[in-house]
Amino acid sequence: MAESDYNETLQQLCQRLDSFTGSDIKVSPDMSLVNQLAIDSIKLLNLIMEIEDTFDISVPINALVDVQTVRDLADLIHKIKTES
Amino acid sequence: MNLLNKLDAAAALRKAQLPEAVGAFGIPIEEVYSSTEARIGENRVLLFGTNNYLGLSFAPECLKAAHEAIDNEGTGTTGSRMANGSYFGHRELEREFADFYQCRESIVFTTGYQANLGTIAGLVGPGDVVLIDGDSHASIYDGCTLSGADVIRFRHNDVADLDKRLRRLGERSAVTLIIAEGIYSMLGDQAPLVDIISVKNKYNSLLLLDEAHSLGVLGNTGQGLVEKTGMMEGVDFITGTFSKSLCSIGGFCVSNHSQLDQLRYISHPYIFTASPSPATIASTRAALKLLRNGTKLREQLWKNAHQLYSKMSEIGYKLGPEPGPIVAAILDNPKQALALWQGLLENNIYVNLILPPAAPENKSLVRCSINAAHTSEQMQHVCETFAKLYTEIGID
Repeated sequence: MAESDYNETLQQLCQRLDSFTGSDIKVSPDMSLVNQLAIDSIKLLNLIMEIEDTFDISVPINALVDVQTVRDLADLIHKIKTES
Repeated sequence: MNLLNKLDAAAALRKAQLPEAVGAFGIPIEEVYSSTEARIGENRVLLFGTNNYLGLSFAPECLKAAHEAIDNEGTGTTGSRMANGSYFGHRELEREFADFYQCRESIVFTTGYQANLGTIAGLVGPGDVVLIDGDSHASIYDGCTLSGADVIRFRHNDVADLDKRLRRLGERSAVTLIIAEGIYSMLGDQAPLVDIISVKNKYNSLLLLDEAHSLGVLGNTGQGLVEKTGMMEGVDFITGTFSKSLCSIGGFCVSNHSQLDQLRYISHPYIFTASPSPATIASTRAALKLLRNGTKLREQLWKNAHQLYSKMSEIGYKLGPEPGPIVAAILDNPKQALALWQGLLENNIYVNLILPPAAPENKSLVRCSINAAHTSEQMQHVCETFAKLYTEIGID
């Protein structure tokens, strides 16, 4: 159950990032947010607001320090969802 | 990549993005003639990019007070408020700020930046939440980082968005500090304070309002947005700076919560820095008196602000959402902003160039700050130059 929830979160996040980046690149879990998806620190802050609304959770921006890849972000979202 | 290589890479990226902008930032002002004129290079320029809203930087009362303070107390305190740097003037200025806002407590900080750092980091810590407007000043972001609290942003001036994020916090809304600004520094718009307070009360949170750009500008006596809206009772903490309308350097926090005083013992940006110099405190005290009685200055400031905003709007410039002492032209791209900024400087008008990522939503801005001392001739020259450059640069 938990694994299917996680996979659903990861899939939803990839879809959200597909539209957020607006490029032809197909987003995959191990892509770097900064180096491969060109999401700089300012864009990341705006992305987090959208993610909060998509998943109806609170994502503190100070929790992003260890987030490098799409999968890292999915891990964080999943952790917050399961703890709330 | 070593530490210095990282800086080289960042510098190369900056220069590659806009090579012509090299030199546009940190432009030296060689001589200052008055609150509205200075020399840059060989040219006498009009100052339309300062935060000198009431034009008090050469007020005789402030100059005299500063001179006397240097003669009587020396050039610096050489120590922190906690140690040897708490003089009569510091305590008097705190008393005067408390009186100005009719608040129980007041603390003076060495800079406005430290006022936000010290207040935020003193009020919240790990396990607490700070809910900040997305367009907040860097000092607010840095104060949040220093605090160790969870930091969440709400969409700029969007009270429904704030409400939604407080709802999500559940019981944690009771340990949440909301932060907004009286006037936002980039586009000059004001916070919807009445509605923010209503939401704050609904969730039993606390509210800090930064009046850095609104002090001296809004309200009958210049308190800021709290006075304009009559909402003093709804704001828990007010911070501000001396470096704009008060024309010196320093910052303050006032509150009716007696607990503010505890910050003197726990807030590192208050404790571990030298206190403001005697001249700074003396000129600030003199300027605060002028600000409180500065109804005519505010009237002139707003007359000038409305004139520039309406003229630029009429020309066709995209501007911030409402008139005010900050009038920002929003350009399509950094190159266009740089061309407008250079064109103004060639016509002896100094304003601020703001490029991504400094401005919200990656905007490119040419920002003017209006001053109560700007004359009608100076205002007219600026309006005419903006009109001429709009066509020359092809901004439409």
